[in-house]
This record gives sequence, C-alpha cells and structure tokens, in this order.
Amino acid sequence: MPKFLTFKKGGVHPDDMKALSKGSPIQRITMPKEIVISMSQHLGAPAACIKQKGDSVRKGELIGEASSFISANIHSPVSGKIVDIRKVTLANSVSCDALVIEPESDDDDTSFESPIDYTGFSSEELLQKVKESGLVGMGGATFPMNVKLSVPIGKKVDYLVLNGVECEPYLTADYTLMKEKTEEILLGAMIIARIVNPKFIKLGIEANKMDCVALFNEVIERKGYPIEVIPLKMKYPQGDEKQLLKATTGREIPSGKLPLDIGSIVCNVGTVYATYQAITFGKPLFERVVTVSGNCISKPGNFLAPIGTKVCDLIEAAGGFAFEPEKLISGGPMMGFSFWDLDTPITKGTSGILAIRFDEKPARQTNCIHCGKCVAACPIGLEPTRLYNLIKNGKYAAAMATDLMDCKECGCCAFSCPAHLPLVQAFRMGKKLGRVKK
Amino acid sequence: MSIIIPFVLIAVIGGLLGFGLAIADSKLSVKKDEKLTEMENSMPNANCGGCGFAGCSAYAEAVFNHKAEIGLCAPGGNDLAQKMSQIMGIKTEVMEKKVAHVFCSAVPSNVGKDFDYNGLEDCNAATILFKGEKKCKEGCIGFGSCMKVCPEGAIKRTPEGKIYVDVSLCIGCGKCTKACPLQVIRMIPASQKYTVDCNSHEKGPNLRKYCETGCIGCGICEKKCPGSGFTVTSFLASYSEKDSTKEAAQQALACCPRKVIKEV
Repeated sequence: MPKFLTFKKGGVHPDDMKALSKGSPIQRITMPKEIVISMSQHLGAPAACIKQKGDSVRKGELIGEASSFISANIHSPVSGKIVDIRKVTLANSVSCDALVIEPESDDDDTSFESPIDYTGFSSEELLQKVKESGLVGMGGATFPMNVKLSVPIGKKVDYLVLNGVECEPYLTADYTLMKEKTEEILLGAMIIARIVNPKFIKLGIEANKMDCVALFNEVIERKGYPIEVIPLKMKYPQGDEKQLLKATTGREIPSGKLPLDIGSIVCNVGTVYATYQAITFGKPLFERVVTVSGNCISKPGNFLAPIGTKVCDLIEAAGGFAFEPEKLISGGPMMGFSFWDLDTPITKGTSGILAIRFDEKPARQTNCIHCGKCVAACPIGLEPTRLYNLIKNGKYAAAMATDLMDCKECGCCAFSCPAHLPLVQAFRMGKKLGRVKK
Repeated sequence: MSIIIPFVLIAVIGGLLGFGLAIADSKLSVKKDEKLTEMENSMPNANCGGCGFAGCSAYAEAVFNHKAEIGLCAPGGNDLAQKMSQIMGIKTEVMEKKVAHVFCSAVPSNVGKDFDYNGLEDCNAATILFKGEKKCKEGCIGFGSCMKVCPEGAIKRTPEGKIYVDVSLCIGCGKCTKACPLQVIRMIPASQKYTVDCNSHEKGPNLRKYCETGCIGCGICEKKCPGSGFTVTSFLASYSEKDSTKEAAQQALACCPRKVIKEV
C-alpha cells in the first residue's frame, strides 16, 4: 500500500456517494428547446451583452463581451435566434440579464473539429486566445483563466498543479472526463505550461480514482511528458487550491494571498480540457460536463450539456425524478448552492445537479456545547464556534477581526457540528454585513 | 509596645499621601466645561446609539467639539435639540418626532412561498438565499431582526406572527431601519395619521396570486379621492401628509379595495 499525501490541518470524510454516477460515460444531451445564457457566469463584472432580441447567432459566436479586467467573454452554444432578453436568478441567488436562444436545428455540423498545431504560437498569443475563448475556472469559483495565467513581471511559477481531486461527494464529472479524455487533458496541461512556464507540473488525484492515476501514468510514460501524478489520501476539502497546494507541494498560501504569490497556479482538469479545445480547435467555452445525481434521480449520470441548459432538461436527460426531491443543489453537497426553480440555467461553473431526499428527518438544531469539533475540522484553523457566537450577537466587526474573511465556506465545521448549527450560513451573513459596516 | 510603631507609621504615611492628593486635586485638576456638563445632564440617557455615537455622553461631547450636528438625538426630540442649541448658542430648526413603522400588512406565514427555508432564523441570512422563501421579495421576512436591535422592546409580534411597532414605546432611534435587509421598516413623522402598509412594487395581478393584503396599485385612492395625499408610483401607493385633507383621506381609507391604507 503506497503512502498517500494529504494536507494536515482539519478536514472531514463525508461518504463519497460517487458510485451512483461513476459508471456512466459522458453522454451528450439532446438539444433543449430553449437555452438561457446568463451574462454573469464568472467571478467579477458581468459581461456586456452585444446582441439584441431578434438577432440570429451561430454556434460559438461571441454574445457577451468581458466588461472589465476581471470578467469573461460569453459565446453562444447553439445556432439559433435570440427570442428574448430577460432577468434570471441563478442557482447562487445572483440576478442578472440573460439571453434566451431558440436553437434552429439539431446541428451536427463539424465546426471546431479541425485541429491546429499550438506549438506555432507564442505564450502571448496563447494567452490572448484563452481570453477570447471566455475560459474560466470550472471547479466552481469561475475565476477568469486569462487573469489566472497572466504572470506579473518579476513573479515566477514554480508549480503548475492540475486539480483532479474532485473531493465533493456525488460529483463524477471530472472523473469521467479524466477517464475518457486522458490524452487531451495532458495536452491541455502542456499548453498551459507553455503560457506560464512552470518548473514542475503536478497532477493531484484522490485515492478513490486510482484507475485514472494508472491511465495518466501510462500516457505520460508513452509520450514522455514532464508531469508527475500524485495520488492523494481521500479527505475533504482537498480540491480547494489551498489544501491541494499544501498536499502536493508543501507550500501554504498566506491569508488574503493568491496561489501566484507562492509561485503556484492551480487548474481544474475540466478547465485544462476546455483550454485544450479552445487552443487546438478554436472552440470557445460553451459546453461542459455536468453530473446529475442524487437519490431522487432515475438514472444518474454525466452529461455533456450546452451552457445555458435548464435544469429540467438535464433532469429529463437523466430519466427524470424517481421520487419527489426535498432539496435541489447546484454543485456538490458540501459547497453547492441550494435552489428551487427547475428553470434555472446551468453556468460555466455548474459541476453537478443533485436532487436529494432525506431518508431520515433532519436532526433538530440545538445549542452549542463547546465540544470543539468544528475547530478540529476547520482546514484554515479558524474557531467557528467563536465566530458563530460573535455573529449571532451582531458583533460583525469583532468577527471580521477574528479572520472571518479567511473562511472559504467549505462546510467542514457545519458537517461535524453535533448541534447541527447553521455555521456556514451565519458566516456568509456575517461577511456580507461585516463588509457593509466597515 | 513595638506593635504601636507600625500603626503610627502607616497613619503618618497615609496622612502625608492624602494631603498630597488633596493639593494635587485642587492645583492640577482639569476643569470640565460647564456647557458640556449641562448638556450631558440634559441627555435622555437611553444610550440607544441611534445618533451614531457610542452613547449619550459621547454625542454630547461631539456636539460640544462641533464634530456633530444638533438634532441627531431622536429620543431627546425637539426639546433636547432646542436646549442644546441654547447652551451652544447655535440656532436649530424645529425637530419633528419620528417613529418606526412596518410597511407590510401581511402575516409572513400567509404569503405564498417559493420554497421552504429552514436555515438560520435571521432576516439577513434568509435574504441571502433568493431574497427569502416568500414569493413577495419586498415584504416583511418575519424573523424579527428589527426586534433584536430595538433598545426599548417597542417592536412586537401579534399572535399570528405579524410584526408591528408599539408607537407609545418607540423612541425613534432608527436602529431597526438599518437592521432590516429589505427596508420594510422605515421612519415616519409621529404626527402622520395614515400609511400604506405595503412595500411591494409588483404588478397587481402577480401580487394577488400570493398575497391577500398587499397594494395592487389600482389607483382608486389617487383618482377617486383627490386631495387625499395618496399617489401611486410603480404599482405602490404612498402617502404624503403635506397635501392631504382629513375628509379626503378618510374617504380613501374607506374606498381602498384591499384595505391596505391604515390609520396609525
């Protein structure tokens, strides 16, 4: 038994539930009748819509332009007609303008299929292409890729770490992608390496995906890529860049800093695959793999869906509901967003749609007994119990001074709390109010 | 015999130190300005923090140092403002007493819902998730964040769960208006007789689907009762005391089909 690496501080072990959708290959969903593309799919300013109601669009055409430095382009995933521009509420409660596109035909065209040799491009040209393609981090945070990959002068990249951890329970989108597109992901990694010029390239994969480790090792050996695959111990939240860097490189990101400040860049494998497609085929980011799972879904699986597909279409592709769900989640169960409207469209950051019902009645919330389990579980090293009490009593400034902003809402504290306190929700509220009060 | 020596010694040292302190007190003391003392004494001492300062004496000191305006103290009202301006020798306009009012007449649990919320029982936490569980995104959430911050306990709940302000207890500090994430609770002049108890700008037909009491913006109060002081803008009526006559307002109160115009 090899010794697996991991991060030291905190972390929890939720049941991974991946067996539900692990065996399902990536299936392309039938073209939905309506695509709703939100203009705010990324971290930062929403994109500026450059089309009008009634305009026709081609597949891959630019429809939203990045409006500031931290923003991203948005492209149409289908050829069709813009029938409406309306306000939609996304799964993360963000309200923004969205284009409603009616696809014209089930287009089986062959655009974006003739490969271009990327080795002819300089790193600036590649970066420009990444920017034009509207690439964002597809792990969930949706940070614009071109900003992530722009290394300021004077800073060096020691490590490029590829994130194949997928530590959230239920989700298997990255797993199936790694299994089916092994070579493409490695090629994508080489493209990114060309842009940022790192000293080492590492790929972190959790121990429940050892078959992927073997696949990657086989290709790396055959092609001679300078990439090291590191199997990691199963532990949540290893997929977070801070924990992944600690586990793979031993480096720790200081409070309020970015990975680049310690000479590292972390990219999710889904993003790496999208980068490969954007550079080699000139295909902008307009579709992604989404896991549809949970105990209320008839046939859980992994689906390749155009961005802007409505949740109801995805659930239909997965065979519909077997039972009436009590909770819908966009993303993983630990950090995902609970939402209610089946007409909500998916975005560039939606890695999964979960429909869950509880076998037992959820436990009642009781008082904090100061057991300290949350303190032991926090991967940042905060004191969730103390922060919770401060926020409950309206002392937002004191909570901010107790490093509330370092909390990344991973949910380890709430998961381990025997009193079932809504800790993460309190922290979200505290951050919002604390920022205003400042 | 030797036991007496320490007693005497301590007594002598104590006397000397006491004498020293007495001299220091009379020679080195900092004279507090009489104006400041007088102002501090006339404060209501509610220490509500509505003025934005840490307490009553902090506000008095800020006024004394010309760092704050007169008239920020709502509990003190006009009397205090006039007294302070007299002490400071500055002219101040007449201050109107204000009270808080909840602009929502619905019982929160009776309004149609989008989903069931079972998280933290706090209005601010509930609004982060799709602006609350109710279909009405502008009405009272009902978890009582305003009640928690009220220094006088003036905000109460009816047995059905509707939140209201007890005008007799309200000191007008305005803390509740800052605590409410949807600005459902706002300040009105204490002399105001009528209000429109709704905060929703939703179109009438949509609003009717989920709320039995809200304003549908029909405009009857404005059209049928000229001079009542009621005007409808973006599907919500509002009341202005300035251009209102009592008879017309009474008439509007009677003809409102949703009975959303209320007497305070």
